[in-house]
Amino acid sequence: MRKVKYLLKKEFRQIFRNQAMLPIIFVMPVVQLLILVNAATFEIKNIQVAILDEDMSQESRELVNKLLSTGYYKAVDFPTSIHQGQRLMDHNKIDLFIQIPAGFAADLQHEGHATIGLDISAIDGSAASIIYFYTNTILADYNSAIVARWLHLAKRPALPVELRTRYLFNEELEYKNYITPGLMVILVTMVTMFLAAMNIVREKELGTIEQLNVTPITKVQFIISKLLPFWLIGMFELAFGLAVGKLIFDFPVVGSLPLLFAFAAIYMPVGLALGLLISTVTHTQQQAMLISWFFVVIFILMSGLFTAIENMPDWAQTITLFNPVAYFMQLIRMVLLKGSEFHNVVRHFVVIGLMAVAMLTLAIVTYRKQQ
Amino acid sequence: MPEPLAIEAQELTKKFGDFTAVDRITFTVKKGEIFGFLGANGAGKTTAMRMLIGLLHPTSGQARVAGYDIYHDTEKIKHNIGYMSQRFSLYNDLTVWENMELFGGIYGMRDSEIKQKADEVIEKLGIGRLKNRQVKHLPLGFKQKLAFSVAIFHEPQIVFLDEPTGGVDPIVRRQFWEMIYEEAERGITAFVTTHYMDEAEYCNRLSIMVDGQIKALGTPGELKQELNSKNMDEVFLKLARQQS
Repeated sequence: MRKVKYLLKKEFRQIFRNQAMLPIIFVMPVVQLLILVNAATFEIKNIQVAILDEDMSQESRELVNKLLSTGYYKAVDFPTSIHQGQRLMDHNKIDLFIQIPAGFAADLQHEGHATIGLDISAIDGSAASIIYFYTNTILADYNSAIVARWLHLAKRPALPVELRTRYLFNEELEYKNYITPGLMVILVTMVTMFLAAMNIVREKELGTIEQLNVTPITKVQFIISKLLPFWLIGMFELAFGLAVGKLIFDFPVVGSLPLLFAFAAIYMPVGLALGLLISTVTHTQQQAMLISWFFVVIFILMSGLFTAIENMPDWAQTITLFNPVAYFMQLIRMVLLKGSEFHNVVRHFVVIGLMAVAMLTLAIVTYRKQQ
Repeated sequence: MPEPLAIEAQELTKKFGDFTAVDRITFTVKKGEIFGFLGANGAGKTTAMRMLIGLLHPTSGQARVAGYDIYHDTEKIKHNIGYMSQRFSLYNDLTVWENMELFGGIYGMRDSEIKQKADEVIEKLGIGRLKNRQVKHLPLGFKQKLAFSVAIFHEPQIVFLDEPTGGVDPIVRRQFWEMIYEEAERGITAFVTTHYMDEAEYCNRLSIMVDGQIKALGTPGELKQELNSKNMDEVFLKLARQQS
C-alpha cells in the first residue's frame, strides 16, 4: 500500500495543477445552483389570460376582478369575439381563454346557474392542470360568495364538505427547497463520474498509462489511486454545495447531515466506478464524454429531479429502480426536508451499497493491464 | 553452466485477426548485452516488445524474460524490467523530481533511496537547476535522457527501449548511446528497437525484422559479411529487397 501513497501524491499534484479543475470544483456548483434553482420552477405565476366578457354586467366584472386580483393571472388582452380569442391561443400568446357569455348575470338570477367557458392550452399538461385547479378554486370561491349574497347571509354558508389542506415537510410549498437538494445530487454525480472517466482516458491518450502498466502496481492499487481523489472531491463538492445552497436559498436542513454524508460516501463509488468502466471501453476523451453524457441524461431524467417517479408509467418506474441517482435524489430530500432517520432509509443504503460493490467489482475485473 | 540469458523467445507469434504482426520469432539475449531490434516501420518490432514486457498477450510461442515466463509471471517480470516507450511517457505536468519520486515509489524504493538516486541522476544529467521544473518545459533532448534515466531508476536487470532516439539531433543521439553503454557496463541488459541503421553499429548483436519475421541475426560484423555489404544500410536494403 506504500505504492498507493506515491500514486495518490501524483494524482493530487496533477489535479490541482490542472487549470480547469478549480473552476469545476468551485464555480460550477455556484453557477448551477444560482441559475437552475431560479429557472427550474414549476410554480405558475404569470398565467397569460385573455377574457371575453360579452355580458358586461356587474357580476361578470366582479368575477374578472376577482381572477385578476389574485396575482396569478396576467391579462394579455380583452378580445371582443371568440374568434379573436382563439387566434391569440393559436399564436401561443395566451395560456387561458375565459369566455363569459351574454346573459351570464341574467341566467344566474333567473335560472339559478350560469355557464362560463374555459379554454386552457394543454401543450404542457401539468401546467394545464395547475391552471385549471387555480381557476376552479377561484370560481368556487366566487360561487359561495354569490350564494351568500342571495341568501342575505352575513356569513358564507359552509359547504357540506370543506377541504382543509396542510402541506407537510415543505410548508410554504417552496419549490426551491425541493429543487436545491436535487441539483446537489446531479452536481456531485456529474463531477465524480466525468472527472474519473476523463482522467483515465487522458492518460491513455498521452500514453502514460502504458508506463504505469509495465510497472508492478496492481489493478486494485491503480484503481484506488484513481478513484480516491475524486471521491474526496465529490464529498467536498457536496459540502460546498450545501453551504452555498444554505447561504443563498436558506433551505431547511431538518435531518442529520452525518447520515447524508454517510450515504454520499457509499454512493460516490457507484458513479466513480461507472466513470472508470467508461474509460476502459473508450480511447479518447471525446468518446468518454459522449458516453458519460448518455448515462447522465438518462440518470437525470429518470431520477425524479423534475418529474416525480410516481407519475411515470410502470415500465419507467421499473427502470428507475436501477438508477442510483434516483435513490440519492429521494434520500437527500427525505433527510433534508423531512428529517428522515436511518431506519427510514435503510433500503436506500442497502441498494446503493450493493450497487457500489457490484460496480467496483465490475470495474476492477474489466480493467486490463494487458491487452 | 551455460551463461544466463536475459531474454529467450521461441516461435513467439502475435496475430491481429488475419494479420500476423509477429511471425514465429526465435532469439536469445545474453545478460549485459545491448541487443538491437531493427526493422522498418510496421515490421512488428513494437508488437514483439510489447509481448515481452507484458502489455500484450501472445497468440502462441514461448518466451522468458529475466528468467520468468511471459504468460504466468508478468508481474515478476515487471519488477525486473524498465521500459521507455516510443511516445514520451513521463508526466509532463510533474516536475523532474516528482517523476523520479513517483516511479521510484511505484517500484518499492524507500524515500531515502529515491532521494539519493535522484541526486545522482540530476547530477549526471547536469540538470540541477531544472529539478523543480515541470517536464513539459524541458528541451526534447533532455526529456529523452530523463526518460531513460527514469526507466532505469529502480535498477532493473533489463531495459526495453522502443525507438528511444526518435526526433532528437545527432549529438543527443550520441550522448544517449553513451548512456546506454555506461549502463551496460554496469551489467544492465538493453533491448533497443530502432530504424536508424547507423545505430545498429552501436549494438553488440542485432536482429533485423521484415514483415513480422526475423530475417537476420548476429553481430553487426557478421551481418555485413554474410550479406556482403559495406554498412548496415546496405544489409537492411538487401534483406528488404529479398522480401519483395
